[in-house]
This record gives sequence, structure tokens and C-alpha cells, in this order.
Amino acid sequence: MKYSTFLIKYAEIAIKGKNRYVFEDALMHRMKLVLKRVPGDFAVTKTQGRVYVDCSGQYDTDEVIGALLTVFGINAICPVVKVPYESFDDLKRDVVKYVDEEYPDKNKTFKVFARRANKSFPVRSTDMNADLGGAILDAFPQMKVDVHDPEIMLNVEVREDIFIYSRQITGPGGMPIGTNGKAMLLLSGGIDSPVAGYMVAKRGVKIDAVYFHAPPYTSERAKQKVVDLAKQVAKYTGTICLHVINFTDIQLAIYDTCPHDELTIIMRRYMMRIAEHIAKENDCLGLITGESIGQVASQTIQSLAVTNEVCTLPVFRPLIGFDKQEIITVSEKIGTFETSILPFEDCCTIFVAKHPVTRPNAKVIRRSEEKLYGTIEALVEKAIETDEVINVI
Amino acid sequence: MIYLDNSATTRQFDEVTQYMAEIAGAYFGNPSSMHLAGVDAEKIVRDSRETIAGILKADPKEIVFTSGGTESDNLAIAGCAYANRRKGSHIITSRIEHPAVLETVRHLESEGFKVTYLDVAKDGRVDPGSLREALCSDTILVSVMHVNNEIGSVNDIEALSGIVRSYDPSILFHTDAVQSFGKLDVLPKKMGVDLVSVSAHKIHGPKGVGFLYVKNGTKINPILFGGGQQNGLRSGTENVPGIAGLALASKLSCGSLGEKSQKLFEQKSYFVQELLKLPEVTVNGLTGEKNADNSPSAAGTAPHIISASFAGVRAEVLLHALEAKEIYVSSGSACSSNRPAKSATLTAIGLDEKLLTSTLRFSMSQETTREEIDATLTVLNDELPKLRRYQRR
Repeated sequence: MKYSTFLIKYAEIAIKGKNRYVFEDALMHRMKLVLKRVPGDFAVTKTQGRVYVDCSGQYDTDEVIGALLTVFGINAICPVVKVPYESFDDLKRDVVKYVDEEYPDKNKTFKVFARRANKSFPVRSTDMNADLGGAILDAFPQMKVDVHDPEIMLNVEVREDIFIYSRQITGPGGMPIGTNGKAMLLLSGGIDSPVAGYMVAKRGVKIDAVYFHAPPYTSERAKQKVVDLAKQVAKYTGTICLHVINFTDIQLAIYDTCPHDELTIIMRRYMMRIAEHIAKENDCLGLITGESIGQVASQTIQSLAVTNEVCTLPVFRPLIGFDKQEIITVSEKIGTFETSILPFEDCCTIFVAKHPVTRPNAKVIRRSEEKLYGTIEALVEKAIETDEVINVI
Repeated sequence: MIYLDNSATTRQFDEVTQYMAEIAGAYFGNPSSMHLAGVDAEKIVRDSRETIAGILKADPKEIVFTSGGTESDNLAIAGCAYANRRKGSHIITSRIEHPAVLETVRHLESEGFKVTYLDVAKDGRVDPGSLREALCSDTILVSVMHVNNEIGSVNDIEALSGIVRSYDPSILFHTDAVQSFGKLDVLPKKMGVDLVSVSAHKIHGPKGVGFLYVKNGTKINPILFGGGQQNGLRSGTENVPGIAGLALASKLSCGSLGEKSQKLFEQKSYFVQELLKLPEVTVNGLTGEKNADNSPSAAGTAPHIISASFAGVRAEVLLHALEAKEIYVSSGSACSSNRPAKSATLTAIGLDEKLLTSTLRFSMSQETTREEIDATLTVLNDELPKLRRYQRR
């Protein structure tokens, strides 16, 4: 029996009161977009507070589920077998057939949970539960009923047709993209930043991204790697507007002027300033970084404080309490890990000192930065002008 | 664009492109078909075979068309190893072979063959004495490349094969001539070899086609199985336009070869001299400067490849700095801060550890001009001091 419909469960949207429709519409919009890329014909509909995907034409169930698993806001996907109602005996036969095909191992407990959306249906829900349960027990004597904690919760819903479903696939959760404004992700080629973007996007935030490259110290392939990462994240977030900024001259100016062990921290301050400038120009309400406390010298709590003070926009650091392995686990799940570990130089590592400061003092850093005044302003302006915008779909 | 990466691939000659388009349009038949369309296509293949045999001073039956250098090397080595397994299981090769050879012998090693890897001297050439020592009663195959792809050293194949012949004439000798064909004379009979690999795209021909010279009477097994084309040694419908392109490119590259390679060699000598005038630049392998008559055949180094090390500069960065001026070269070994991959050839010639990641390869073709070399030298002269100033401290 082929799944022809998917019932979509969403959790948090349901508690959003009067703007609930905003969230539901955003969810359905996103679902329609991702399903456009899947072969087959799909109708996404909302009836009585539930969202369904009806499939027709030539389609592959796994592909449909795979696509829906990239939609934030979906808590669970239930693959539904839809049968027309002809007679109650036919329904019994269909339900037995469903159980037979779906569960090769019959040593399971179950419960039938029937509902009538269509109240003109001649059999009442409680009677359906008993009669359908009885039919299953007759067919498969190994199976047992357990009404409290069944292994199989067999839903039978009477609508225009009858929906039979029992499995549910956990979705990504979160909220539909675009329901919570937009933020600017500082995207490097590493493991963390794509995960950070994913995490914030999961809360319904649309993502733009900025990447700093430093030719000739970083290559075109390193840039392509970042585009590839953005592409993978965009599977979840929708189109990402990627800003590529040439950072070489700023980096060399810092190298020439400031103490070498402060290079990374000062560099990051300039990255934050430029990212904030571009963020504001593009209606972003916050910055996102992949920082995690203590991971490297520039991410000690002192370093974070010193980097943070140059911005006025809130900086979201969703990985702040994550261990590296936890970050890797997410990056593997969302499919960015393999690209992230490709060995290309990124601009944070090219000039890194052997012993960078780990507890920078804001006053000292500010004083070092002052030496750049007079030249750095023009370089920052020039860097912003190099902004190359790539729409990553 | 100044293209100095001709050992990676070459620009396809316009004549070759046009000719291939004509052949692909007019002779689309399968050379194995019985009808006239097949016969016509077969004639193209036969003519191409004769052209190439003519250049090699060989019998047309000795030419097997393949998908390129890698397949030719695989067929030669694996094909001979399997066919002669009963006679012995010892193979000799060198440490500086192309991966198509090294990985094939490594695979055979995992199947129980024994392999001796000959060291090379600082000039990147196999010492005939070490080959003599390595030979034993179990030896069935020797594979030593003609011109090394990274530093351009030329092995004296005639001398090496002579040693093998006098030890045991039944031991097969293969040479990878991918870098030498079209630059130096490649005459199997004169060189005393049984198998020679050649690729089309290194001689301004198309990618995805090449040939293996197999001396009549050589015991060799196929590695591809199917329709039994090319006397059963290489099944698969012949790549008719590719083969035609290969033949034409061979004719164009090998016509008046002596004159062309003399010119190329003089060009290279000039380039080497000027490079050595730059501060802290060294040229690896033989530079050809001590060669009194300035003749390519006696130089022990190929007329088109220069391997140069730039102390204190990361090869990848210099490569991208040249790239920014549209000068394309390649780096001896790809390296990044997190995953250095060292070149086997540069390691084998005993290059200073520090220079391994500071080495570039310039490879010229007959299309390279003196102006292009001068322009490259000017850019190097400008960029090197800048790049040396900004280093990881």
C-alpha cells in the first residue's frame, strides 16, 4: 500500500494565538518550495487545523520525506495510506492489509484509535476501535492489544476518504523560516559557522551570510567551499544572500601595525564591524557566529567580550555551550561536515601567531587599534565596496 | 592569460578541435559494425593507428588506444603482472612515478606481488646501478618513467632497459612517456622497451584518450572486459573522434621535433637563469646549465618543466598571487595549515623540508613565448618581496 498523503504535525505554531495563520502560511509556503524540487505532483493543504501533503503522479516516498525534513516548523511527518470508503468490511480488510505490510514482525502490542471528522459516517469511533481491533486480532493472533502504552498506535481517520497511519518520522522542529526576521551569519569555511546558521534559522530566522576572503592567501577554491557550505545550509533556510568581502588589505595593515599576538582578535573586531555594517544595510536584526566558549584563543570569554564590544546589534552565538563533538554531530546531520573539513586555508588561520593572546584586555586592544587610525578607515570602506553578492539557492 | 601549467594539461590545438568536430559529425558509425558507416569509422581508427605507429617507428598492431595515461599505465602494469604471474611476482619501479603507476603497483602489492621502489639521486634520475641490484630471478616487470612530471628529470631509459635485457631478456620494461612524448624522441625499439604510455591532452590533444604501445609478442592480459575490441586487449567501442584528435595532435607535436625541443630548451635555459637571479630562489633537479652543447637530449632534464623553490613563501600563496595576474602555474604539493600533503617526488630528491611547501612548477609548451616568460619574471620579482614580508610568525 503506497503512502499517498503525509500528515504534518507542528507543535509550537499551535500556541501562537491570533497570528497562528502567519506561522501556518509560512510553513506551507516553505513546504511548497521544497516540494517543487521533488519529482511528482504535490498539493499542500490546511484543513481543520492540520496540514496535509497529497501526492500524485510519479513520486518517491523517501524523497518526499527527505524534502519535508528540511522544513523548520515540522515536528513530525506521518505517512498516510488513503483508502476510499466502500463498506465497513472493506475497511477491515484494508486495515489488516496495512498492518500486515507495515509490520513484518507481528509480535507487537497495538491500539486502534479511530476518529470521525465526517460524522455522517455510520459507525461510531468507539465501535470502530473495537471492530477493527478485533479484525486485526483475528488475522494476527500474535498481536496483543495494549490501550495504555501500545507499540503501534494505529490511527484511522474518517474524512472524505479514510486515512490509516501509525508511523511518525521526527521532523527538524523549530519555526518556519521568515517568521522571526533576518540575521547575518559570519560564515567561514569551518565546521561551526554553518551549524550556527542552521540553529538560528531553525527558530524561524531568515539568514544572510558574509564571508571574508583574503586573496592570494586564500584561494578561489576556498571561496567555492564556502558557497558549497551556504548551499547546504540553504536547503533548510531557503535562499542565502552571501556577501563576499575582500579582507586582505585590512589584514596586512593589522599585520604591519599591531602586535602580532593580537592580530586575530583585532582582525575579528574588524570583521564584526564590517559584518554589522552589511547587516544593517540589509535589514538584518542581529549577527550570528559559530563561537563556543574556550574553543580557541579568540573564543575565550575575555576574547568574546573584546570582540563583542565593537557591535551594537545583538550577536547570536547558538553554539556557545556546545562541545566540539556536539557541533560535529549536528554538522554531520545537516550534511555540512564533509565540506567543512576540506583542507583549504581560511583567512583566520593564515597569519595566526604561535601564541595569540588568550585573555585580551579591552583597553590594550583599543590602544593597539588606535595605531591603525588614519589608514584603516579607508581600507574598511574599500573592503565594503568589494562586497560581491552571491545568491545561494 | 599566461599558461605555464602544460604538464597538467595543454590547450587543445584549434586544428584538432575542428578536425574532431568533423569526425564526430561525419563518422559516427561504430568501428565494429558490418556496414559502411562502421567501415568508414574503422578506417579513421586504422589511419590514426598508422600515424602514431609511424611516429613511434612501430607496427600499427602495437598501438592500443585507451582513455589516457592512467589507463595506459594500469593496463601495462596490471595487465603484464597478471599475465606473467606464473613466471614471477616481483616488480621494480621508482619512487618518483606518477600515481597512476604507484597506485597500481601498490594495489598489486596488496594482492601478493613484491615491489621494489628505486630511490633517485638529487637530480631526480634512477641510478642504473640500483636497478641492477634490484633485479632478481622473480622479477617480471620494470616500470620507470621517461620524464618526471614534477621536476622534469629525464631517465636514460635506453641504459636502464639495457641492464634489464642483459640480466634476463624476458623481463618486461614499461615506461610512462606521458610527459616526454611530443617533447623528446620516444622510439620504443631504440629505447629497448616493451610498453609505453602516452596521453593526448598533454600534447594539445583531447582529454580522455591516449594509447599504450605494446611490443608484438608481449604477454599481457586485458583489464577491461567486453566486446573484445583492439584484439581483445581493450574492450569498448573506440573513441573515434578522440583517437583522430590524438593522432593529429601527435603529428603536429612531433613534426620537426628536434627543432621545436631545441627552441623550448633554450627558452627554459633562459627562464632558469633569470629565476636564479632572483633572491633565494633555487631550481630543483638538473638545470641543464652545465651542458656544453645546450642540447636537450644530453641534458638529463626535459625542455619544458622547471621546478623552482621560493624560500620563505608558501607555494599556494605565490600561486594565487600569480593567478591574480592571470599567470597559471602549479604547486609541487598542495598544502594547507591543517593538512600538509608532501610531494613524493620532491621528498625523494631530498629537497629541504622547508622548501617542500615553497615549490612551484612552471611547465611550458611550444606556444610559450619569451614575452610570457619575461612577464612572469617581472610579476615574481614584484610579488616575492611582498609575500616574504607577510609570513606566519
